[in-house]
Amino acid sequence: MSDTAIAPALTLTRNQRKKSLLRRALGAKRTVVGLALSILVLAIAFLGPYVAPHSPTEFIAPPFSPAGGGAPFGTDNLGRDVLSRFLAGGQALIILAIIATVLGVGLGMVVGVLAAYSRGWLDEVLMRAGDVALAFPQIVLALLFLSISGPQLWLLVLMVGIGHLPQVARVVRGAALSIVERDFVKAAESVGIRRWRILAGEILPNISSILAVEFGLRLTYSIGLVAGLSFLGLGLQPPAADWGLMINENRIALTVSPWSVVLPVLAIAVLTVGTNLVTDGLARAAIGADEGIQA
Amino acid sequence: MAKPVGMRRLVVRRSVYGIVTLWVVSSVVFLATQALPGDAAQAILGREATPERLAALREQLHLGGSLPEQYIAWLNNLVTFNLGTSLASREPVVQVIGSTVLNSSILMLCAAVIAIPLSVAFGAWIALKKNTIVDSVASVVTLVLAALPEFVIGVLLVLLLSTGFLHIFPAVFVLSPGQPVWSKPAQLVLPVLTLVLAVSPYIVRIMRATMLEVLESQYVQQARLKGLPERTVIWRHAMPNSIGPVAQVVSLQLAWLIGGVVLVEYLFRFPGIGFQLVDAVTNRDLPVVQALVIVIALFYVVVNFFADVVTLAANPKVRTAQ
Repeated sequence: MSDTAIAPALTLTRNQRKKSLLRRALGAKRTVVGLALSILVLAIAFLGPYVAPHSPTEFIAPPFSPAGGGAPFGTDNLGRDVLSRFLAGGQALIILAIIATVLGVGLGMVVGVLAAYSRGWLDEVLMRAGDVALAFPQIVLALLFLSISGPQLWLLVLMVGIGHLPQVARVVRGAALSIVERDFVKAAESVGIRRWRILAGEILPNISSILAVEFGLRLTYSIGLVAGLSFLGLGLQPPAADWGLMINENRIALTVSPWSVVLPVLAIAVLTVGTNLVTDGLARAAIGADEGIQA
Repeated sequence: MAKPVGMRRLVVRRSVYGIVTLWVVSSVVFLATQALPGDAAQAILGREATPERLAALREQLHLGGSLPEQYIAWLNNLVTFNLGTSLASREPVVQVIGSTVLNSSILMLCAAVIAIPLSVAFGAWIALKKNTIVDSVASVVTLVLAALPEFVIGVLLVLLLSTGFLHIFPAVFVLSPGQPVWSKPAQLVLPVLTLVLAVSPYIVRIMRATMLEVLESQYVQQARLKGLPERTVIWRHAMPNSIGPVAQVVSLQLAWLIGGVVLVEYLFRFPGIGFQLVDAVTNRDLPVVQALVIVIALFYVVVNFFADVVTLAANPKVRTAQ
């Protein structure tokens, strides 16, 4: 997918940065709604395993039993409690998606800032490589490598993260380019401050809001990708409880026992909508701040 | 003054660019599947494989010889469309993927033909309705749709239109052998609709933003001051100038569509490249995986090429710039 809304370079003076980006974003209603939705799903995923009535792998009734008795949402394809599997099935997805996002945004930030600061041939090479990388849709990249090794969680996370790299690098480079031209960077260069200190001390703080927006956007995509790969059977392996896997295991009985599909689908939907609303709030707050400078 | 660069030169430049992209992609596929440490044949067949079968598979995957020799053999086979034999069906790969490539092309074409004009028109319309209730509802709806993973949209549509509330469209694709996919239009509805809903939000948003920018521009103001009717201002002046930037996003979305079909085809059991790719990955059918990844990259290069040409043709500034 592409990133559309967040084109302008975002820069803040130190004073404006004091009032944090998140606090400014929370002034908008949609950010608050998004945060509430995200926290709801996070609470289900992380507290759920402690309140689940059964073990997620325990057989309690015949397969696809209707709701009732010990199983308020019925049983799944093997006769396990749908509610307990739902409560246990979100944790891994969220942790894997966060690791992949940190990896992708971190690497993309390094590549993007290096490209902007060095300009010249390194910039050219890095950006052309990024163009070629776009020819691999993220899911195809992951499938290519998983086809060799079989389902491996570390490889899945690595491939989702690396898949983000080219686009994050491009956005970060765009933002950093305008900072590199500023007087304070020139001043720092002229008094002989080392390059990496200029990168870390002058350039990174000035693109922090764009990094925050990029993190939110990539987290939303990571959740979808990790859940999608697990839906394809390439994530957590049975008998583990996992939302993506649950959808796959139970979709043949959508008419008989819909809850085993509806619960995980809704959880993924609410989580991605939540993170995207927060991201949109952050993007708007960041752009507003930028306009404030120019005015 | 910048000397105008002919369209022909740009087309040639873009073609070279596409070929380089394909070469890099094929090299990555080679490195990923042939040159990984360890024995690919052993990994595929498992520990119980007999030495004869291992030897046969190594031969088939061109695992003999040094790395450069293998690489040359790989490129040579690609250029001559000798994509090897499927490990699962034991038929030539070209034959195995031929019909699925066609089916996926039809699926993507249907989605693109519906999604692009509709979302461009819708984006322009809500730009004209700026700051009204229509605008804010559309803003929230596109934000929600943009967030949802495509397979989640698909499952929700199945619940709404197929098994849950309404029972209008079939939830999975069923074809008897030899039947073309377009012989069952009702079965095509849900996969196409899923893809349309997944790609449209981005196009709607960029079209709205571009249109707003164009409507503020001096030449639109000028056209209004001349007393042209609003209809002419929008259709003759504003719309054509919005196409350039939108074409870039459309091309990114089409490129995304090629990845998006994987999950959507798997969900609906649609007999296309995505469904086949997942199947081949699960069965470790390496020659089929390699071929499909390269076909997907080829799709991307072709789509990108046309998007670039449209962008250039739509914008005389770009067309004539150095």
